[in-house]
Amino acid sequence: MCIAVPVEVIKINGQQAVVSLGGISKEINISLIAELEVGDYVLLHSGCAIKKINSKAAQKTLDAVAELSREEVD
Amino acid sequence: MEFLEQFNSERMISKMLKQLVVEEPLTIMEVCGTHTQAISKFGLRTVLPKNLKLVSGPGCPICVTPINFIDTALKLAQKEGVIIATFADLLKVPGSNSSLQLEQAKGQKIRTVYSPLDAVKIAQRNPTKELVFLAVGFETTAPLIALSIVEAKKRNLNNYSLLQGMKTMPAVMKKLAANDQLNLDAFLCPGHVAAIIGVNAFDFLAKDYNLAAAVAGFEVADILLALLKISQLRANQRAEVLNLYPRVVEDQGNQQALTIIDKVFKPTTSNWRGLGTIAGSGLELRAEYQQFAVQNKFSIRVEESIENNNLDCSCGEILMGIKQPNDCNLFATECTPSHPYGPCMISQEGSCNAYYANLYLEG
Repeated sequence: MCIAVPVEVIKINGQQAVVSLGGISKEINISLIAELEVGDYVLLHSGCAIKKINSKAAQKTLDAVAELSREEVD
Repeated sequence: MEFLEQFNSERMISKMLKQLVVEEPLTIMEVCGTHTQAISKFGLRTVLPKNLKLVSGPGCPICVTPINFIDTALKLAQKEGVIIATFADLLKVPGSNSSLQLEQAKGQKIRTVYSPLDAVKIAQRNPTKELVFLAVGFETTAPLIALSIVEAKKRNLNNYSLLQGMKTMPAVMKKLAANDQLNLDAFLCPGHVAAIIGVNAFDFLAKDYNLAAAVAGFEVADILLALLKISQLRANQRAEVLNLYPRVVEDQGNQQALTIIDKVFKPTTSNWRGLGTIAGSGLELRAEYQQFAVQNKFSIRVEESIENNNLDCSCGEILMGIKQPNDCNLFATECTPSHPYGPCMISQEGSCNAYYANLYLEG
């Protein structure tokens, strides 16, 4: 039930925003997010953005994965 | 997002799997239904080292909702002028004698909503009816339910109320960490609960229980990364809580969300199916919002319900991680998603349902 999906913000109007997920757009509530700009990605849960996604940090996790998958083990 | 492909890169995953070598037996519990689903869907158990055991805990809010809650909702549904609004996940859960879905089919006013904010809109459109929202969920959902209350107050609605069944994770995780029978080495912490409450909220696992833990995302690389890092921590006998989901999780969590939860709710004792009553593991409306508590609008008295209609059902032990779904005599024989006995088979995030859906992988 805690399922949440990343969506892109395409329009902001006060406490509401229009987001897009694979071409589907939906109006959601963004009052739980402090600062938001068009083009940001947020995590959407039950009609509400619950967290802004930090793409730099996503790269950090991918770097950690790349690091661990670099060495070959026989 | 372009990142998703990279998180599921076959080359990276197979290399990570080769790195995952576990010397001493290791038991890791996940306490998030979405992790349970992902682990089953990716067939991870079939490719992990034999001495690395993944057990599912009480990570599905529907599964831990006691039968008594459903019985109360069913009684409310029978009252004149009441509309019940619920997340779809609760519909099939059997109460003592019926389910919300059966009553809906018989014509009771039971509406499925995507968001509690939609329930507020239904209340506004139906001023002569009482809209009762069945408030279940963990910390991920709590701020939205709090928002619905603030919104109802702002709109001066006096026909919106909650049947409160919300739960919070830290207290139940303490209970599981302290359980000798489970003998856990580590926790895979719930990623979206952590998005709200922050990594620091899980520090007690390392400090008080000497366990390793990782907050992780839900892609296969996220989960494998967590298993690798946890196994490295245990191999070095280190107890730490790692944040491996920094793209959405911060140390302190989401302050706006925590503020609104604290504004509307306060901690209370809560009853968990299979685990019993746990102090500080639930949320109730604060005094200034008590007008939105359903028990202050209707006198509802529900007899103490029997925990489970079928004595052979092992949901209680499965929710504790003591049994795995295929240890239950009913699993995949008498109990299936189309004919479920217990909540773990009903909810898509229940461990029995996840195991059943990927039966060919789980063996």
